[in-house]
Amino acid sequence: METRVNYKNDLNLMATELRLGLPGSHDKPSIRSNKRNSPEISDYSNSKTNSTITISENDDQDSPPPAKEQVVGWPPIRSYRRNCLRNTKKGEGEGTWMYVKVSVDGAPYLRKIDLKVYKSYPQLLEALEKMFKLTIGAYSEREGYKYNGSDYAPTYEDKDGDWMLVGDVPWEMFVCSCKRLRIMRGSEARGLAGV
Amino acid sequence: MGSSELKRSKDSVSDESARRSSFPDEVLERVLSLLKSHRDRSSVSLVCKDWYNAERWSRTHVFIGNCYSVTPEIVARRFPRIRSVTLKGKPRFSDFNLVPENWGADIHAWLVVFAAKYPFLEELRLKRMAISDESLEFLAISFPNFKALSLLSCDGFSTNGLAAIATHCKNLTELDIQENGIDDKGGSWLSCFPERFMSLEVLNFANLTSDINFDALEKLVGRCKSMRVLKLNRSVSLEQLQRLLVSAPQLAELGTGSFSQELTIREYEELESTLSICKNMHTLSGLWDAKGIYLPALYPACSHLTFLNLSYAALQSVELAKLLAHCPRLKRLWVLDTVEDKGLEAVGLNCPLLEELRVFPADPFDDEIVHGVTEAGFVAVSFGCPRLHYVLYFCRQMTNAAVATIVQNCPDFTHFRLCIMNPGQPDYLTNEPMDEAFGAVVKTCTKLQRLSVSGLLTDLTFEYIGRYAKNLETLSVAFAGRSDWGMQCVLGGCSKLRKLEIRDCPFGNAALLSGLEKYESMRSLWMSACNVTMNGCRLLAREMPRLNVEVMKEDGSDESQADKVYVYRSIAGPRRDAPPSVLTL
Repeated sequence: METRVNYKNDLNLMATELRLGLPGSHDKPSIRSNKRNSPEISDYSNSKTNSTITISENDDQDSPPPAKEQVVGWPPIRSYRRNCLRNTKKGEGEGTWMYVKVSVDGAPYLRKIDLKVYKSYPQLLEALEKMFKLTIGAYSEREGYKYNGSDYAPTYEDKDGDWMLVGDVPWEMFVCSCKRLRIMRGSEARGLAGV
Repeated sequence: MGSSELKRSKDSVSDESARRSSFPDEVLERVLSLLKSHRDRSSVSLVCKDWYNAERWSRTHVFIGNCYSVTPEIVARRFPRIRSVTLKGKPRFSDFNLVPENWGADIHAWLVVFAAKYPFLEELRLKRMAISDESLEFLAISFPNFKALSLLSCDGFSTNGLAAIATHCKNLTELDIQENGIDDKGGSWLSCFPERFMSLEVLNFANLTSDINFDALEKLVGRCKSMRVLKLNRSVSLEQLQRLLVSAPQLAELGTGSFSQELTIREYEELESTLSICKNMHTLSGLWDAKGIYLPALYPACSHLTFLNLSYAALQSVELAKLLAHCPRLKRLWVLDTVEDKGLEAVGLNCPLLEELRVFPADPFDDEIVHGVTEAGFVAVSFGCPRLHYVLYFCRQMTNAAVATIVQNCPDFTHFRLCIMNPGQPDYLTNEPMDEAFGAVVKTCTKLQRLSVSGLLTDLTFEYIGRYAKNLETLSVAFAGRSDWGMQCVLGGCSKLRKLEIRDCPFGNAALLSGLEKYESMRSLWMSACNVTMNGCRLLAREMPRLNVEVMKEDGSDESQADKVYVYRSIAGPRRDAPPSVLTL
């Protein structure tokens, strides 16, 4: 449930208006919320189009604010430093860069997502569907992605520079070898099916 | 020379041409060539026409704070003898993903003009610019004298571009790659330096993650006897570090690689003795994954340290305290908040000469964290370090009283950047807004040039800023203020304001338009997620033709809202390379 606070109005709407609280905080000035209803990708969302809080659709105004919602670009720490810290925390070797570019056929600009946020293919595909407002066809090992007219197929460029269909290799292997993603129109991707 | 002295000289030089012949241009140019500061040079160029000409012919370094404020052609026309260029591109909030990726600030058009007009260009320093591998290659082959490349917070390139630089720039002395969005395709670029190449003085590749050919690096460092800055990446081990230092004991700045390899006693002793030979070292960084037990190896090298960057080493308070006991001359310290208040107490006790402190959060996104630093740590530092003038402090709680104490102890702050990480959080003891904290800062610290505010703030904070912060040049505001009045106070009161960046504040058109005349004396204004509308922006654009007013709209937002606004002065006119998501009004 999202509300929009009208600052132009002199009536003390703030006293009666439903407000969005930021995680862990109480009485504070209202923050203008984004009108988008769909939840953003969780946690370390790199969404550039939403600079305010997003609340998931199912959130009841009376329940306490979700603890893990992120404000884009806050705290103000450079992406580079954030990524380094995350590597330090997990104690892994740095391996590949976690943010990969995502292009969608027909979209005016690219986005970036952090692959390490997801644990499985369904999570990733769901996030992509929400980010770009499209549907990805159903995956099957034998035939790749099934398409209806408007469906899309996710592909990625691997370390060798080849374009592969997302979903064939184990998730961990995919995360290590994926350099960038391209969401192709179903009609164009048909050639990959069944290969 | 102060500009007042220059103006006096003007009176004696102007008017008679007879007078002019006794002060030939060459002499004037020679004198002016000694001026380094670009602000002094700007003042000089305003004195009179002769001085303007002499200045433009003698200038060898040009600094462009906003790449869209001017075109490369205009720059080349005015300054014919440039050998060094510093360029800044995207608004600062692009570091925090608030600016779309293809926004612009591409260096290529500049390089094309420079190749034609400044074939002897030697230095290029870029910040927040987009640069492709093709551009890097073009740079490498177009400028035979090219010496120094510095890239900070840039993106669009990969290690292939670095390979081109290494391959072609025969006179390279500096390669400084810092905190960029670089596509790391592997470490083979380093092997591209030719066998006989030995002029490198600065090499910083800490940004990169993949393994480099250590053999090639070792030989390179061995050949480059003038190397004074070497910053390794995480893939370089302790043992490898020791081998490098043996060939480069003269280093003044060292960035280690990973500081956590399992060492035998002998290896540890070797490392320690090698480090003790590095008597010139004044800057130390890196220390990735530093293990406390190996830190003592650094002690002998710390006696002359003035800058210690531990912001990638998650040290505990005791480890830091022990290390700092060996760093009495420290002037600049960067740490992670894993050192906690106790670690900062040790800073106050051991570093009386400290001028700059930056405390970064190790877990910025975890709200449940109970450690990190608090107001107590900051206060402890202020008692022990009266010379402190630059601070960047990320914390989860603060009080008005603590800040008042801090600035009383350290009245010389020039840069005060306080980030209370929970947006809109009040003084945790009194539950009041943090207005009085920032009021104390601006009232006491008369030299304040840069301020970042946070916490729960009403318009009173901005009244204070407008009234007292007369030297303020840069102000960053987030989740603060109550009404347009706040922003109006700042625009009306801060006469030296150059950069204003605001996000998620209830400032609207009235506030935006109150700065109508002011924006031409500023570099730029950024407002995102505020209450500014498209109509407000259109009005601004209409009234002020010498400003570029750019709006970035977000998907699904109201037609009338101006989600992100970027306003800047420009003599280049509206830019032509804006992507479709950026509207120029």
